[in-house]
Amino acid sequence: MNISDTLFLAPELILLLTGFAALGVDLALRRNTDGRASAIVALVGLLLAFVAALNLAASGVNAVIASTMAVDAFALFFKAVTTIGVALVILASMNYMKGRSKYLGEFYALLVFATLAISITVSATNLILVYLGIEFLSITSYILAGFIRGDKLSEEAATKYFLYGATAGAVMLYGISLLYGATGATDLAAVGRALSASGANFYLGIAAIIFLVVGFGFKATWVPFHHWAPDTYDGAPTPVTAYLSTASKAAGFAVAARVLIIAMPEFATDWTNYLAALAILTMSVANFVALKQRSVKRMLAYSSVAHAGYILIGLAAIGSDPTFNGLNGLLIYIIAYIFTNVGAFLTVMAVERQAHSNDIEAYAGLVRRAPALTLLMTIFLLSLAGIPPTAGFIGKFFVLGAAVQQDMLVLAAVGAVNVVIAAAYYLNVVRYMFFVDEEDEGPQISLGGAGLGSALVICAIMVFVIGIFAQPFITWAGQSVNLVIAAGF
Amino acid sequence: MTIPLTWYLILSAALFAIGLFGVLARRNAIAILIGVELMLNAVNVNILAFWRYIRPDDPSGQVFAIIVLTVAAAEAAVGLALFISIYRTRRSINVDHLDALKG
Repeated sequence: MNISDTLFLAPELILLLTGFAALGVDLALRRNTDGRASAIVALVGLLLAFVAALNLAASGVNAVIASTMAVDAFALFFKAVTTIGVALVILASMNYMKGRSKYLGEFYALLVFATLAISITVSATNLILVYLGIEFLSITSYILAGFIRGDKLSEEAATKYFLYGATAGAVMLYGISLLYGATGATDLAAVGRALSASGANFYLGIAAIIFLVVGFGFKATWVPFHHWAPDTYDGAPTPVTAYLSTASKAAGFAVAARVLIIAMPEFATDWTNYLAALAILTMSVANFVALKQRSVKRMLAYSSVAHAGYILIGLAAIGSDPTFNGLNGLLIYIIAYIFTNVGAFLTVMAVERQAHSNDIEAYAGLVRRAPALTLLMTIFLLSLAGIPPTAGFIGKFFVLGAAVQQDMLVLAAVGAVNVVIAAAYYLNVVRYMFFVDEEDEGPQISLGGAGLGSALVICAIMVFVIGIFAQPFITWAGQSVNLVIAAGF
Repeated sequence: MTIPLTWYLILSAALFAIGLFGVLARRNAIAILIGVELMLNAVNVNILAFWRYIRPDDPSGQVFAIIVLTVAAAEAAVGLALFISIYRTRRSINVDHLDALKG
C-alpha cells in the first residue's frame, strides 16, 4: 500500500472523517440538541464521498488495495448509490427526529458510520473483511433501529434485529471457517482458485454456500431469513427504516454477488439454482403477506422484502449476455429501488409526523388534505409496482429479461405474476388516497418542512429521470459488471 | 501421538449445534446471547484447527480468530445494552414478551 492508494480510498476516508466531525460538532456546540449542525456536517460529507466515488468510477480505476479492498466499478457503483441514499434520508429526517431523542448528533454520526461500513463491505475481497464489514454494518444498524430509547416499538425492533443478526452472523461465519479450511485461503480469488483446482471439496463447497447465504440473506432479507425485517422496519424510526430497506440491503446484495461470483464460480450452477428458489419464495411469501396488511408502513416493509426477491432474480440469472447478464439488472434495479423506496418511506414519515398514524385509514381522502404528498406517494407506488415510465419498470425489465435470457422461464413467470399481485396492494393505497372518504376531517398535512420536501422531490424526479432517460444509468450499470467479466461467465 | 484434525472439527460442530439449539430453544434473551457466543467460539475452534493443520505458515487464521473474538465482544456490548433498555420498559427479558410488533 502506498500513498496513491489512499486516493482510491477517498470515499471511505471522507466518511470516516465526517463521522468524527459530526460527533465533534455535537460535542462542541452545547445547543446542538436537535442535531441540526451534525446533520449538516454529515450531509456535506456524504455528498463529498458521493462525488469522490463518482470521480473514481469515471476514472475507470480497477485496483485491489492491501489485498483486501477492491476499488473497482462494481464497488464504486454501490458506494455512489448508497451515499446518495443515506444523504436523502438525513436531509429528510431533521424535522422528524427532532424531540424524539436527546442524542441526535450521535444519530447522524452513526448513519455516516453505517455508510462507511457499507463502503467497506461492498469493496471487501477477503473473507475476514467480508465478515468484519457485515458485522460493522449490523452493529451500527442495531443501535440505529433502537435509537429512540424508552419507545417500546423501537426497542423491540432493535432487539429482534439483534437476535436474528447475531445468529445469522454466527452461521455465516461458520461457513467462512469451512471455506478457509477447504482452501487454506481467505482471499476470495485464492479461494476460487483452490476450489476449482482440487475439485474434491464438493460437499464442503455446498455446505459453505448454504451457511454463507444465511448471512447474506439476513442482510438482504431473502425469505426464509427475513423474519426480522417486517418487525424491525415497522418499529424502527422511519428514517432508519428508509435506510435499512435500501442502502443496507444493497450492501447485502453487493457482498453476496462478489463472494459467490469470485470465490465460487466452480459451484455456479448450484448457487444459481439455490438463489432462484429463494427468489421465488421471497417474492411469493412477501407479496401474499403484504396483501393483508392494514398499516402502510408494515405493508411497505413486506413490499421491500418482495423487492429483495426481484433483485435476487438478477443474481440467480447471471450470465454472459451483453444486454441481460443479470448483474447489470441487479444494479439497475438497486438504483431505481433506492430512490423509489426512500421516497415511499419518506412520504410515510411525513404522514406519520402529522397524522400520528401509519394506518391505511389515515390515508383516506389524503388528496384533499395533502395534494402534493398524494401526488408524490402515487409516483412512488407506481414505480414500486413497476409501471412505465417510472424507474421501477426499467429495473423489472432488466431482471426479468435476464431470467428469460438464461432460460429460467419458471423464475421469470413467477416474477411476472408477483408483479401483478403486488400491484393490487400498491394501488389499494392509491385508491384510499383518492377515492375513499375520510371519516372525520383530519389535519391538513404539509410536505413537512424544507428538508423532507426537497428530499421527496429529488426522489420523485430521479424516479422519472431513471424511467425516461434510462440510457446513462443502463450504460453505467453495464460498465460496473466487471465481476462477471473477470469470472468469465 | 497427535490429535487428528477431525477431532477438532467434531468438537466444533458439536459446540455449534449446542449453541444453535440454545438460540432456538431458550426464551431468555441472555441465554440466547450465550448460545450465539457458543456458536462463535465453535467457529474459532474451527479456524484455529484449520490454521494449525493446513496453513501453519500463514498467520491470517490467527488474525481471523482474534477478530472474531473482538467482534463478539462488541456485539455482546450492544446486545446487553438493548436487553437493559427492554428490561426498563417491560420488566422482562423473555423474548416471548416482545410481541408489540406482529402481523
